Amino acid sequence: MSKEMVLVDDKGKRIDGRTSEESREIKIEAGVLKNADGSAYVEIGKNKVLAAVYGPRECHPRHLQNPTKAIVQCKYNMQAYSVDDRKRPGTDRRSIEISKIVSEALENVVLTGLYPRASIDVYIEILQANAGTRCAGLTAASVALADAGIPMKDIVASMAAGKADGHVLLDLNKEEDNFGEADVPMAIVPSTGEIVLLQMDGNMTREEFDRAIELGVGGCKKIYELQKDALKRRYSAEEAEEEDDSDEQ
Amino acid sequence: MSDISKRSPREVVVPGDVLDDGNMRAGENTYLLNGEIRAGILGVKRVRQNTVSVIPLGGRYMPETKDTVIGVIEDVGSSIWMVDIGAPYPAPLHVSEVPWKVAFGDTSKYLSVGDVVMLKILMVDESNKISMTMKDAGLRKLEGGRIVKISHTKVSRVIGKSGSMIQMIKNITDCRIFIGQNGTIWIDGEGVNADAAVEAIKMIDEETVKANLTERVKEFLENTIPQVEDDKEEGDE
Amino acid sequence: MSSKIISEIRRDYIVNQLKEGKRTDGRGLKDVREIKYEINLIETADGSAKVSYGDTTVIAGIKIMPGTPFADKPESGVLTTGAELIPLAHSSFESGPPGEDAIELARVVDRGIRESGMIDVDKLCITPGQEVWMCYVDIYVTDYDGNLFDACNLAAVLAIRNAVIPGKRYDKGDDVPLPVTCTPVSVTFAKIGNDLIVDPNFDEENIASARLTVTTDDNGNFRAMQKGGQGSISLDELSACLDMSVETGVEIRKIIE
Repeated sequence: MSKEMVLVDDKGKRIDGRTSEESREIKIEAGVLKNADGSAYVEIGKNKVLAAVYGPRECHPRHLQNPTKAIVQCKYNMQAYSVDDRKRPGTDRRSIEISKIVSEALENVVLTGLYPRASIDVYIEILQANAGTRCAGLTAASVALADAGIPMKDIVASMAAGKADGHVLLDLNKEEDNFGEADVPMAIVPSTGEIVLLQMDGNMTREEFDRAIELGVGGCKKIYELQKDALKRRYSAEEAEEEDDSDEQ
Repeated sequence: MSDISKRSPREVVVPGDVLDDGNMRAGENTYLLNGEIRAGILGVKRVRQNTVSVIPLGGRYMPETKDTVIGVIEDVGSSIWMVDIGAPYPAPLHVSEVPWKVAFGDTSKYLSVGDVVMLKILMVDESNKISMTMKDAGLRKLEGGRIVKISHTKVSRVIGKSGSMIQMIKNITDCRIFIGQNGTIWIDGEGVNADAAVEAIKMIDEETVKANLTERVKEFLENTIPQVEDDKEEGDE
Repeated sequence: MSSKIISEIRRDYIVNQLKEGKRTDGRGLKDVREIKYEINLIETADGSAKVSYGDTTVIAGIKIMPGTPFADKPESGVLTTGAELIPLAHSSFESGPPGEDAIELARVVDRGIRESGMIDVDKLCITPGQEVWMCYVDIYVTDYDGNLFDACNLAAVLAIRNAVIPGKRYDKGDDVPLPVTCTPVSVTFAKIGNDLIVDPNFDEENIASARLTVTTDDNGNFRAMQKGGQGSISLDELSACLDMSVETGVEIRKIIE
């Protein structure tokens, strides 16, 4: 099927004006909800994502309890109005898969051994979707976990790269994702550089894939700085004061 | 009285932040990666002697031995009550740890779901199993008054330096106030005074700017509560 | 997912063997188990295959029938892939609707087939905008000894490659072979400690910290990838897996020629 739209022109400019190496505009806020133990709100381009963390708390369902450590149960959900064609409420197979791989990525950094038999519940809600929602969701979830005071080694940073009109691009938007040739969502642990989430679909040569990884890892590092900044901003105002209020109990 | 010393802002650190390149010792809530000491939790960096550690800024209450806590009965068994103290784990209170002689199956006659109790943590073992007791001075079922739940990390702020903050609130409101380490606080009082105490405590929990907090709380209380004439009683708690 | 607990003793044994470059079943780190396959064993299916990688056995069947195309692709056939981990395959599999493991499995296999364009969906149009051929691929695991991704992928690919569109049954022309363009092959790696092994068996898979499945086409281009597990993969390890997946892909294509 032929596509009428040109996604990347011959000067390498994308339809939203970006170069192949630029990510969309990113905004991150920590601690946006009252009830949750930790929360975060993230915007990447037109994606709007909310994440909340409850825990550590008693593990439900009980048969999933692990006697040696906490489990991280992540539920990714797209709200009905988040996409052009209304999405029927309820879970679907795609959400289950995404929930699984996001939980796995987060479990890599959370010090789960400190809370045997407990569960750390992470909820990701996509309010508005425009490609790369799982990366935005994981980015928000990491901030929410830190905001909840969960002991963790590092904050997981996530961004996707891909290919459209033969160009390898960072942070695909919706059109590039729908009409392009490949999508590579990924996430890293910035302190070690190791990959904790990786998927690919489409058609890429080895060179193209290597370039996608290079761009994606760079994008992850950039988003990491914004994640840290969001957390520090939330708490720094409070802490500009006396040391050791009182240790007397 | 709060002193507004002009000290440098405490440094907020996030998980993964490098705290030191290895000359110091790794303290609480830190870990080593390739010779660097990194933060393992969101908190404030603290350096004491030669050790760098992180004081957590949030997180759920994790009980420690000897903590006094205030909780709510959430389930009743034949020889045990389950108490919600806001910890990640269910906290059981066994019949052997209450001041009454409870026959098997009679548990609900003494404490039922919804009752508020003040307890002490006896022990927390390695797998985080908690045991608690009511058999100590002052521990009992609480009745009347008001309950306020705050973040357990704000408990020291509510107490204040040398008890200054809590003392001030007790004096002005003329209420007795009991603070659980888990962030649940019981105010023994009624009416406008108790309500004001609740508001004052919530203020302390929610305020993000700490400057002059004690003064501002005091001002709020004085404006809310009609002041008793000159001889104010010294509420002695 | 119910836990599959491997004893400490077994775990230590596997890890120690790996330190000497050996695996408990005698294979080298890059060796795939013996692959056996059988085609068209299910007459009621329009294409079927049974595949074994060592003791892991799965059966895939494809049913083709007329149906309504998607609104945005009115002249394309439709592919749907499902997988089930049925209880008879292993004591840890429970009956009931597919859980997250089965769902992930089906979706990864689907991606490899879909993204490689293996089924020429443009040739599956009956009446534009109204009727196209729908391809339902269903995979059942009958014996689980690790590496379901590769066994299921291969079974699905073989079922598709030998499928026949049942034109006569639905009065839509003759029975013709399902039009196929290429052969996507997946290769799965497990990371144990710092070692990467190909085609993990049950024990290896359940002590591994991470898993990577890479699907390539006949030209050695990448069509799908999925990293799994709570562990992490370094960029060097990723590179090594990509190299091995192309090599192994070539070998497997020879076996099923």
